[in-house]
Amino acid sequence: MNPAAVGLGLSLGAAAVASVTALVCPDRVRPLLVGLLAAVSGAAGVVAGVAGMAGHRLAVTLPDLLPLFGIRLVLDPLGGLFMAAVGGVAVAAAVFGIGYTSPQGRGGSGLHRRAFQVVYPLFVAAMLLVPAAASIGTFLVCWELMAVTSLLLVLAEHRRRPAVAQAGLWYAVMTHLGMVAILVGLVLFAAHAPGGSFAALRDAAGELSPLVRGVVFVATLIGFASKSGVVPLHVWLPRAHPEAPSHVSALMSAAMVNLGVYGIVRVGFDLLGVGSRWWWVLVLTLGAVSAVYGILQAAMSTDLKRLLGYSTTENMGLVLVGVGAAGMFAAAGNQVLAGLAMAAALLHVVNHAAFKTLLFLSAGSVLHATGTRDLDELGGLRARMPATTLLFGLGALAASALPLGAAFVSEWLLLQGLIHGVAAGGVAFAVTMPVAVAAVALTAGLAVASFVKAFGVGFLARPRSAAAENATESGPTMIGAMGLAGAACVALALAPTVLVPALAPVVGAAGPLLDSPAAQGALTLRLVAVAGSLSPLLLAAALLVAALAVVLLLRFVADRRTRRQARLWDCGAGPLSARMEYTATSFAEPLQRVFDDVLAPELDVDVTHVQESRYLVDSVEYRARVPDRIERRLYQPVLRLVDAWGQAGRGLANGSVHRYLGYGFYTLVGLLVLLAVTR
Amino acid sequence: MTGVLVAALQVVVVAGGSPLLVGAMRQVRARLEGRAGPGVAQPWRDLRKLLRKEPLTPRGTTEVFRLAPVLLMATTLVVAAVVPFLTNATPLGPVADLFAVVALLSLGAVALALAGIDTGTAFGGMGASREVTIIALVEPTLLVAIFALSVRVGSTNLGDIVTSTLHDPALVISPVSLLAALAFAVAIIAETGRLPVDNPATHLELTMVHEAMVLEYAGPDLALVEWASAMRLAVFLGLLANLFAPWGIASLAGPLPVAVAVAALAGKVAVLGLALAVGEVFMAKLRLFRVPELLAGSFLLALLAVAASYFLA
Repeated sequence: MNPAAVGLGLSLGAAAVASVTALVCPDRVRPLLVGLLAAVSGAAGVVAGVAGMAGHRLAVTLPDLLPLFGIRLVLDPLGGLFMAAVGGVAVAAAVFGIGYTSPQGRGGSGLHRRAFQVVYPLFVAAMLLVPAAASIGTFLVCWELMAVTSLLLVLAEHRRRPAVAQAGLWYAVMTHLGMVAILVGLVLFAAHAPGGSFAALRDAAGELSPLVRGVVFVATLIGFASKSGVVPLHVWLPRAHPEAPSHVSALMSAAMVNLGVYGIVRVGFDLLGVGSRWWWVLVLTLGAVSAVYGILQAAMSTDLKRLLGYSTTENMGLVLVGVGAAGMFAAAGNQVLAGLAMAAALLHVVNHAAFKTLLFLSAGSVLHATGTRDLDELGGLRARMPATTLLFGLGALAASALPLGAAFVSEWLLLQGLIHGVAAGGVAFAVTMPVAVAAVALTAGLAVASFVKAFGVGFLARPRSAAAENATESGPTMIGAMGLAGAACVALALAPTVLVPALAPVVGAAGPLLDSPAAQGALTLRLVAVAGSLSPLLLAAALLVAALAVVLLLRFVADRRTRRQARLWDCGAGPLSARMEYTATSFAEPLQRVFDDVLAPELDVDVTHVQESRYLVDSVEYRARVPDRIERRLYQPVLRLVDAWGQAGRGLANGSVHRYLGYGFYTLVGLLVLLAVTR
Repeated sequence: MTGVLVAALQVVVVAGGSPLLVGAMRQVRARLEGRAGPGVAQPWRDLRKLLRKEPLTPRGTTEVFRLAPVLLMATTLVVAAVVPFLTNATPLGPVADLFAVVALLSLGAVALALAGIDTGTAFGGMGASREVTIIALVEPTLLVAIFALSVRVGSTNLGDIVTSTLHDPALVISPVSLLAALAFAVAIIAETGRLPVDNPATHLELTMVHEAMVLEYAGPDLALVEWASAMRLAVFLGLLANLFAPWGIASLAGPLPVAVAVAALAGKVAVLGLALAVGEVFMAKLRLFRVPELLAGSFLLALLAVAASYFLA
């Protein structure tokens, strides 16, 4: 029996049952039942995905289910990887949701209501289906289902916060514009192929003219990049991801964005067969810009979830740097490096899924306990929420590309690909590879700054508000879900030697121009065909031994009196208060000054003087805001134009039915005249 | 087995020698400034004194504060064992390459920055914020300089880079090496908190970076931080010395080559350290917000090195 078929069937079945259960069961047990069934659905998705990666091919054709197109599902190793990633995120998010949406929970979020709980499993199912879709019709239906269900979930808390409605509007518009771009690209592709199935497209790709291929690629790239939150199409992401309920944020930020990458790889490598080099230079450039811009905005953010959202943009940028480099190598005929870069990108997709799930769930736990996501109001959570603090710290380590973290391994692999790429020959490589390395390097440095800020200011030191002071630890399901994601992070960080060889068939499935990367060794990640080795496990062991040695040394050499509590140095000015602490804003201020020209922060200082003398200051008001500059420069003019267009159009509509009938009449006459003249 | 012994010897040499390096640098500065100076062994005496003091924990701090010095020390020890200081055939070579070494050293710095925030004082936060800003800007320079060095060798493995320089001495005076060395040197000055980026001898709140972060440490914890900082300086200088002038390093196992390697390492690091100390006498600290300009300059040098590695090859 094919485990992929069983897994996918069970997964979809569980999601459907969860959705129906949410309709009929009472409020009290709904989050529990839906959460458990959605977790089963996710776990079955992992099974199906892993089976797909292991080579269990699955092909289902249901021609009558959808008019004109029919449903066609094929699970290959490439789809399997993304399905497994989605499934894994879904398990953690679903278990977290049991506690997070429970009606007994603090604040009464209202998330236990029917409308939210019915849609949630459908979103999971749609995401699981996208990587298995094997015809244009099926793909677009699943893609749209994913977009619409996620939109409904984002809007879940619109009654509680006005910002949600605005975020939903941005998301709805951007996701549908992206959908249109994908639709245009794929339909154009299908017009030059005998049918809409991916197999037919693959066969027809060779005969396409370079122009058509280029247009298809760019159109789909626009749509997929907007789903992945790639600059300059990212504006919806830092709005919509933070405003969604936290476990939905995790699903969107850790699972849904990956499917944009999946689309680029599927269309660019698999269906179009790599194509020209400029495509991939474009992808690499977009990736490098997104990585740097995303992390720079994250370093400035004081909203915890917004910071994580921008970090998603950054990580998707890094993935695209890998995908772009892989495409460039493949186009130049260098299969080894293409495989290496692609493996680095896919490994980063998996790592990012793990740590971003953990980070968003921990942020959700904080939000649940304190009601705020503003880092300037948090702090001191170590004493009140020890498990959440530990797990967020683990996630921050994984995200900041430091050793013992998961992202370190994939970024190391990516850098290896880029370094050996210079030797691949040609000026194009000599120019792009160093710039890409510089971008990755700058990203790594700024990621450290962002996550030191998020963890240090958010969780350590003293609480900065009453909300943070009264926080209590979250319930067992939420901690358990975070622990699950945390365990995945640790496993990925220490044992990449297990996953990297398993990526070989996935990379192979992306196209014949990519050589499967082989990495040998159980303990050491040793690249084959190019020099390079790293052993995260031995490194961790060495650090542990060194730390133990230091502790033992202290035990023997240092003073053995027990530790005594002492007062903090307060310059002799009395007890320190939380208002004297550094906040997230002040922590990021030096970086903001350094990148002044890029960020263009808005600073506003109002000094009010005492009436009697202008030398005495009564009050000073200081406002600082770091707006998203791309949004301001690129989107606001367009929005203003649309607005002006709408205003101009109002004059035409005065409510009179006669007038509207008149419009119809004149248009018809105009068309007839036009026809009479031209024919 | 000899490889493991040499690695252990590297750790011992770095751990034992680094306080002397700091002492020698202070002594040179003192003499040049017309003071008598406390003697080369003073940092060792300070460490002994601090280790005997009562351990103290500031109220309200968490494990992060307690564990940071241990982690800082542990990362430095691992780096001291992995980098080819005495032999270019270290058994730990495949475990960590140049990227991993640089990242490990950043990990230690990040632990200390978190400890600074953990105290909840304005000083701690200020120091952490500044340190993290500098790390964020130094990291790109270091990685791109590594890139420049690795391209010609085709590997980021430290042993490979050192061996290739040994076999082809002309590489040292190539523009790639010189530019990369310069970029590396600036990055090292920033990373180890020396003038003109940070003044290790001051406790003035307007200027301090590293000292502000560790202000709350006392007793054995402070000893660890000071010791690890000295070791980081020694490790960075040793890395600079052996990447760009690896002569004297032992290619063969055996007591004599290793003894020569120890002497050569000590000599090279001492020369670099003294040059740094002499330079510091004639230099004032940069304003904090002028530091990024310096680092951007070094980043540019590193990029030039990469460009040179392709176009001049």
